[in-house]
Amino acid sequence: MHYVLHYGQIAPYLPYLLGGMLISLALSILSFAGGMVLGLAFAIIRDEGDPIASRLVRGYVAFFTNTPQLVQIYVIYFGLPDFGVLFSPFAAVLIGMTLNAAGYLTEILRAGLVSVHIEELDAAATLNMNRLQTLRHVVLPHLFRVTMPALSNQYILMTLGTSMAAIFGVEELTGRAFNINSTTFRSIEIFTTVAAIYVVVTFIVTILLALFGRWAFRARVPVL
Amino acid sequence: MLGFILAEIPRLFTIYNVILLAKAALTTLALSAVGCAVGLFCGALLTVARLSRRPALWPLKAFAFLYVEIMRRVPFLITLMTFFFGAQVLGFDFSPLAIAFVSTSVISTAFVAEIVRSGLQAVRPSQLEAAAVMNFSAWQSFWLVRLPQAWPIILPPVFAYFVLFIKDTALASQAGVLELTQAARILNTKGFSASLVYAAVLLLYFAISYPLARLGVVLEKRLGAARHSRPGRPV
Amino acid sequence: MAQLDIRGLVARYSDTTVLDGIDLAVERGEIVSLIGPSGSGKSTLLRVVTGLLRPVQGTVSLAGERIEYGDRRSLRRARDRLAIVFQQYNLFGNMNVLRNVMVSPVTIKRRDRREVETEARALLEKVGLGDKLDAYPDELSGGQQQRVAIARALCLKPEILLLDEVTSALDPERVGEVLDTIKLLAAEHMTLLIVSHEMGFVRDVSHRVAFMADGRIQEIGTPARIFDAPEVARTRSFVSRILGNRTNGASEDASFGGRLPQT
Repeated sequence: MHYVLHYGQIAPYLPYLLGGMLISLALSILSFAGGMVLGLAFAIIRDEGDPIASRLVRGYVAFFTNTPQLVQIYVIYFGLPDFGVLFSPFAAVLIGMTLNAAGYLTEILRAGLVSVHIEELDAAATLNMNRLQTLRHVVLPHLFRVTMPALSNQYILMTLGTSMAAIFGVEELTGRAFNINSTTFRSIEIFTTVAAIYVVVTFIVTILLALFGRWAFRARVPVL
Repeated sequence: MLGFILAEIPRLFTIYNVILLAKAALTTLALSAVGCAVGLFCGALLTVARLSRRPALWPLKAFAFLYVEIMRRVPFLITLMTFFFGAQVLGFDFSPLAIAFVSTSVISTAFVAEIVRSGLQAVRPSQLEAAAVMNFSAWQSFWLVRLPQAWPIILPPVFAYFVLFIKDTALASQAGVLELTQAARILNTKGFSASLVYAAVLLLYFAISYPLARLGVVLEKRLGAARHSRPGRPV
Repeated sequence: MAQLDIRGLVARYSDTTVLDGIDLAVERGEIVSLIGPSGSGKSTLLRVVTGLLRPVQGTVSLAGERIEYGDRRSLRRARDRLAIVFQQYNLFGNMNVLRNVMVSPVTIKRRDRREVETEARALLEKVGLGDKLDAYPDELSGGQQQRVAIARALCLKPEILLLDEVTSALDPERVGEVLDTIKLLAAEHMTLLIVSHEMGFVRDVSHRVAFMADGRIQEIGTPARIFDAPEVARTRSFVSRILGNRTNGASEDASFGGRLPQT
């Protein structure tokens, strides 16, 4: 092997890479938020909606959790133009990730909803809370406390999942790594550096989420 | 537009293309299966090293810990590209498929090691104390008592991971491996509508993943019931 | 030479001193029972003797040979001489009854398989489980599992048998069958060190009874002495509390299912 490691050559690119990380985080945060809105709605429909809507949700979840996110985005980005619907790479990835996330989050939130004890709901009823108040003061805090570890884990998975956006040309962290690779050809240094960035950032995010969970919902989220 | 696409279907599903898709599907399954099998073996070794209480083994224990914590936090695409470009740059001439197998194995090892660890730690310590007092050596205790009781706890999650991993293998298409996603790209390049080929491949992934996922649930129930490591019920 | 000789034993769990200077000698063929409130260190003492807990001070010797807790071979030799039956039976859940009894003599002690099998079958017959050889532990009741555990311990041919509250995890109806099994062993002059709450049984079977509290042996003597005329105040208050008013006969305390002496 005549290859000598030259990490120095890519050091100047670090700000560029970290900028890419910001885009990755933007993608993951937005799609997680979207996925949560859809997921919560679907979870409620699944348990309390009419039978047909419930089955549709179950089908949605089955479909999105048994097919690759990558191919889902291929359909959106390359397939929809056949029908005249065009999205930018970022938009296509965002929509794909959101729809995919909704599938997993529906199941997580549903499990959490089921765990809200009937006694808490009865207590809320005796205190004359209407449906919305019950939701806000009784159901949601309990729900988030219970699902915090699973939600945290899902978010980390999604952050790692943003790397496939590079395939569609989005210049997030992995995309920028490809760019640097094609100009400097220092492949090993670049990809190991990017790997390290992902590891460090996910670690930090995990700790932040654990702290947030404990402060906001008294949830116990494991860090390691 | 829809009519145009539907008209393509008979042209798409020629014998040749069907065989292409079938081989690609097999490659997809193989990537996950082999990766998980290797992952089970190596993951078990890593975990045994990690759980060992011999002080001399501490570098191995540290390595095992770091390996698991790091490899679980790197995107599969990055791992794949590190090996793919890394091999090129170092002058090796491995096939994309070989690179993909290595990548899936390396990642599975990290995830399966965690599953094995939790399985082994779930065995009640009192079982191991009884073995220790009867002068079982560390190896005998592991092989005769701990491992047999850990298996039913380990297997269902490993199988579930195998099913999950099938979706990740789609990324191998970026290294040029002829699995399902790559097959779709090829067919698209050959002139078929993108929406048709990618939708078809989505359905194929579903057809593979969903039944296996259900099988995994059955496996979990069967092995859960067969576990003999619970204390006896008073009669 | 005592079978088991404990001198000045001190043991700790992190910062708590659980054993605070224990001196105890058990002679060959003797049956010594340890009684006392929970947390007095009785089970901990057995854990130290079996090598599961390393003492901070003091010595434990088996048949004259001192146990070096840092030396694996010394521990091995010590464990070769003893066997223990645990409160939670601890039968190996992945093996059937026969294999549970046979595994250590055959695989660890490397005795001849056929010889061990004959012995194992005889022992299981003796404890009344000759028809359950193929059963797995979770198919048996607690009392049955405990009797298998006793057979398993006996198959090791120990010089001293330790019994750690072997009836405490059992339903009251099952306690009798296990106690009867142990009485058989007593009749055969086995050396036994028993930790138990079953006062009636302890009184019937023991040569000496030691009352432990706060990590120390407060008093030791014959059963008659300890139960009827204890000299130490602590012993007296424990014994009278457990046995209730002696003129009323048997205590109604549900956690002690054995039959208690009437005087």
